[in-house]
Amino acid sequence: MENYISYSQISEALNSKKTTVTALVDQYLQNIESKKHLNAFLEVWADEAKAAAQQIDKKIADGTAGKLAGMVIGIKDNICYKNHKVSASSKIIENFTSLYSATAVERLLVEDAIIIGRLNCDEFAMGASNENSAYGTVLNDFDNTKVSGGSSGGTAVSVQAQLCHAALGSDTGGSIRQPAAFTGTFGYKPTYGTISRWGLIAYASSFDIIGPVTKSVDDTQLLLSIMAGADEYDATAIQEPTNDFSFDLGTQKQRIAYIQETLDMEGVQPEVKEATFKLIEKLKAEGHIVEAISLPELSYVIPVYYTLTTAEASSNLSRYAGMHYGLRSKNAVDLETTIRKSRTEGFGPEVKRRIMLGTFVLSSGYYDAYYTKAQKVRRVVANKTAEIFKNYDFILSPTTPTTAFKIGEKSNDPIQMYLADIFTVHANIVGIPAISFPYGNDNENMPIGLQLMANHKQDAKLLAMVKNIRPNIL
Amino acid sequence: MSESIYDKYETVIGLEVHTQMLTKSKAYCADEYEYGANPNTQVSPISLGHPGTLPKHNLEVVKYAVKMGLACNCTIAEWQHYARKNYFYADLPKGYQITQDKTPICTNGFIEIKLKDKEPKRIGITRIHMEEDAGKSMHDQDVYNTLIDLNRAGVPLIEIVSEPDMKNGEEAYQYLTEIKQLVKYLDICDGNMEEGSLRCDANISVMLKGSKVFGTKVEVKNMNSFRNVQKAIDYEVKRQIEAIEAGKTIVMETRSFDAQKGTTFTLRSKEGAADYRYFPEPDLPPLRVTQAFIDDVKQQMPALPKALFHKYTTEFGLNEYDANVLIESKEIANYFEQILAFTKNIKAAANWMMTSVKAYLNEQALHITDFKLQPKQIAEIIALIDGGKVSSSAAQKVFAAMIEKPAESAENIAQQLNLIQESNTDELQKWIDEAIAANPAKVAEYKAGKQSLVGMFMGDVMKLSKGKADPKIASKLVKETLDKQ
Repeated sequence: MENYISYSQISEALNSKKTTVTALVDQYLQNIESKKHLNAFLEVWADEAKAAAQQIDKKIADGTAGKLAGMVIGIKDNICYKNHKVSASSKIIENFTSLYSATAVERLLVEDAIIIGRLNCDEFAMGASNENSAYGTVLNDFDNTKVSGGSSGGTAVSVQAQLCHAALGSDTGGSIRQPAAFTGTFGYKPTYGTISRWGLIAYASSFDIIGPVTKSVDDTQLLLSIMAGADEYDATAIQEPTNDFSFDLGTQKQRIAYIQETLDMEGVQPEVKEATFKLIEKLKAEGHIVEAISLPELSYVIPVYYTLTTAEASSNLSRYAGMHYGLRSKNAVDLETTIRKSRTEGFGPEVKRRIMLGTFVLSSGYYDAYYTKAQKVRRVVANKTAEIFKNYDFILSPTTPTTAFKIGEKSNDPIQMYLADIFTVHANIVGIPAISFPYGNDNENMPIGLQLMANHKQDAKLLAMVKNIRPNIL
Repeated sequence: MSESIYDKYETVIGLEVHTQMLTKSKAYCADEYEYGANPNTQVSPISLGHPGTLPKHNLEVVKYAVKMGLACNCTIAEWQHYARKNYFYADLPKGYQITQDKTPICTNGFIEIKLKDKEPKRIGITRIHMEEDAGKSMHDQDVYNTLIDLNRAGVPLIEIVSEPDMKNGEEAYQYLTEIKQLVKYLDICDGNMEEGSLRCDANISVMLKGSKVFGTKVEVKNMNSFRNVQKAIDYEVKRQIEAIEAGKTIVMETRSFDAQKGTTFTLRSKEGAADYRYFPEPDLPPLRVTQAFIDDVKQQMPALPKALFHKYTTEFGLNEYDANVLIESKEIANYFEQILAFTKNIKAAANWMMTSVKAYLNEQALHITDFKLQPKQIAEIIALIDGGKVSSSAAQKVFAAMIEKPAESAENIAQQLNLIQESNTDELQKWIDEAIAANPAKVAEYKAGKQSLVGMFMGDVMKLSKGKADPKIASKLVKETLDKQ
């Protein structure tokens, strides 16, 4: 099928009657079928998508179609869609049907987007390779022996492999950006609170956010402008209007910092480093100020991240107890065994590891040493980051130390796996916007992703800057 | 007489009172709640703890908590931080309760309790914080299963924690009475302990008199009336003293009250107590309570019983007993004050409230809010008496008749019943002359000095007038007429 990089191309094709929404949906459905081995989709709502396509085709003919007519979207399996199953890729709510739609989904539907199915991910969004899904690993379409990245692996691969035009993921510590880097797509984590979390199954509430994976910054801007904005159902959503994400930086020169430690760190793949320097040189050549800075606190971000996110997760996941919905152990005989056995049987090993870690750091006697300490370091990192943004507009780094790794390579070493997030967790700890965009390939022709971060609520500026960089596109 | 073992000890009691807020919707979602609705009908994905749902602030709850804080002379915190209290239970859908931990909305207050024949005593309020209720587990509805009703899940509560300032069951009883009166005055809770909208746990310890170290604290739960709180405390104090005297040690534990036996029994030991793993609620950003907000709440607050008591006993000159009866509930006090909008006769208004109105309400088992007569109508009756138009006894008849015909004015009713007193001297003179003419012998006795016979003639006049003669004027005329004989 035609490879539409941005929605404007689809829109043009529809307006000039080169294609129809029905034809697009059929093509995506065919692609999904032929790429079933990637294991990106957990469920495809084919009939519904076809029916919606017909209606939207009619709307287009009538001139009443919404801003996303013809946009076919997949959603990560931790985003609720009314009367559809949502499982967070976990056995514990395998057959759970949501009674309501996430605000983000609701807003997409209003503009005539078509939700084609739910996408595989790491269980409860905990992972960096999609190997923690209860429903199997997602394969990277460029090399089926390699991981998709995670936790939004299905999200990234669905866009990479043209199974849908764009997809929603969620990002708690890099879960959108890291798989985007591994798949050569654009992965965007907005400023915390830009998109309502209502309907996003919580992993770590003060870090989580929904964001899109796309093939162009234009689409990121478009989707953001539709999903963003205050929501009475999310008290942590930014209240002031945030819907204008189109911004033109023009030829204005920018100040860009890169954190020396991110490139000096052991384990950064040489080609990733080269790609970063290549961009630095390009930006300098264009007249931007690009300078190395030091952020020694970077070595704390992983411990801080795992202390705080597991603490929140241990509480957020308490509701899955075999009681009111979801899996109830057949071996349960009373209240305690219902809770204990249901959770033992329903959760996978990584989720259990994080629940135990989080329970530990919150327990009395350890709370101050871990949770309180981590909160303090979070504040320190935030302050240091704010300092950086006094002098710079953006912070540049690789998205990940390496390109997509082999399936199974790190699955027995949680610490190694956690380090895959080292450059991405920073943005979640501080709540700032960050994007991963493709920038070159490594020796094995796997895509390299670079990350640009901006200060709080500077989403529009950040997206405009990436547009100016003109990353290489699939 | 030797000193009783009980006199050697001093008792230390602190109460934790949970009161259910009467807000229209739940604490963190829009579900409505009403006691007694069909199980699991007042729920939503939020109160059911469905995946992806989030709590939202209910400003009404904050307002209610501020009201109670002000009424208890507390300091109100500027920033409201919320916390999660984590524990697993069947009727707690989220697996945690949203509450306040280190930063309660109200701190450092007090209330005064009235004790028989003693000066009022001040009981410190350590803190008041906002939280949400859990659902209800019903263990006795089904032989094999515990049934869960989640209607109550998420209903807002405030927990009022007292200082350990109480010394016995009676003080605890009075404290609860005050708390209940306050929440009802403030209209934030209906104070119904039987329905569970007001719940109380007691922390009780004993120590030798003069000791500076508190004894081991025992928590007693499951008391469903104020009297039972009192009984449970008195039982527990006795039990602890006897145990210590018998050489046993008191263990830190939670006990339950058995209302049938009037005793307490071990529910669980504190050693195995849950670690609630409190931490800041990440779904609710801190909420600022501004001085303007507090001032606004202050504006909306009714006069509180203590202020009313002061006003009634000083400004109105009522005795303490009457004042206490009138302030018992806000509605009674309101009604009383509304009468005063139409009459200057405060004493009469108080009397009517204390006697006829109260008697009628008691007799009919009615609440003042269901009383058919308007305060203005009571004032009309008072005016009829004060204006000499009806006698006090006739006024009772007017009152009774008015309840049947609440749409009519008191004067109309008095007229219809022919109860208006005759104060026209010509009319009165006719009856007096008739009475005197009928009793020449008694007139002679009067003339001979038996002044008390005026009363007898008055009786005759009243009879002849069928009770309509204005007694004041009539008695003056009787005397004058007799003297002229």
